[in-house]
Amino acid sequence: MSKFSKKRGKASPAISTASLPDIIFMLLFFFMVVTVLRESELLVQVNTPQATELTKLEEKSLVNYIYIGRPTAKYVDIYGTSPRIQLADKFASEADIPLFIANFRQGVPENRRSSITSSLRVDGEVTMGIVQDVKTALRKAGQVKVNYSAKKRAGDL
Amino acid sequence: MARTRTRDRMNNEVNAGSMADIAFLLLIFFLVTTTILEDKGILVRLPPWSDEEPDIAKLKTRNVYSVLVNAQNQLLVRGEPKEVRDLREDTKEFILNPQRRDDLSESPRKAIISLKNDRGTSYETYLEVYNELRAAYSEIWDEQSNRQYGMDYESLPIANKRALRADFPLIISEAEPTNFGEE
Repeated sequence: MSKFSKKRGKASPAISTASLPDIIFMLLFFFMVVTVLRESELLVQVNTPQATELTKLEEKSLVNYIYIGRPTAKYVDIYGTSPRIQLADKFASEADIPLFIANFRQGVPENRRSSITSSLRVDGEVTMGIVQDVKTALRKAGQVKVNYSAKKRAGDL
Repeated sequence: MARTRTRDRMNNEVNAGSMADIAFLLLIFFLVTTTILEDKGILVRLPPWSDEEPDIAKLKTRNVYSVLVNAQNQLLVRGEPKEVRDLREDTKEFILNPQRRDDLSESPRKAIISLKNDRGTSYETYLEVYNELRAAYSEIWDEQSNRQYGMDYESLPIANKRALRADFPLIISEAEPTNFGEE
């Protein structure tokens, strides 16, 4: 009995908040590290279609992106409204793809080059013609691992 | 007097109480701007480039499941119009051929899917169709894996996955599109 009462009498110190900043900083650093500030500004509108058979792309450093879509409102005056290809942060044509792929390969260690993936981020409204041209260009450039970027579809068709 | 007062103040500790607030502010900023950008999609391996078209005419017609998607986004499957939503079941029936019909594939190993589209086909439809064909195969793999090993395809060891994929190979042959409806 006496033991209990003693304990209760003694303790009610305020919880020290001194370590709170440290905890918050830890969270902060976590978010700073995982944050990817958009790697390239989009010049074309891309609204990827939905699909169910999705795979997640694992290594970011082995993925290059090819965007296809209609130019955004800002660029309609210069580039018109027909679908365009965007490589890195410039408008391009399929003739630029081999160079783009070759440049990307340069930056990847030799033993990893076979697992380079090209992610095609294509707007759903675009017709297959331009996509086909890009695919042909990729095949000619020897880049056969391709990802059709898509969003998760929840329900049935 | 004044001097001692300042000195006294210097000895005070910096108040760290607001540190948490500052950190919170930064935290919230990063929370808001973070888009944990994850890229998902349908991973495919394109055939390496060769100047000749692959010749599927040599194959028996019963083993080829031809899917045509035209510029109006309509489907023609083995000569008959079809809806995308029926494609998955139909493909599965073609591959497995449970009733041993003689117009469906001889065996899953010999089954080939031939996909052809117009240049005017919308990408969305193309991907939908491609997705359904993929889905048909992954459903087959799942069913077979459950039957043979009693677990889902995803949780199988790699060797078993390979064996299963060799028995039910996913072959989608894509022909050069025809020049219809290009904008």
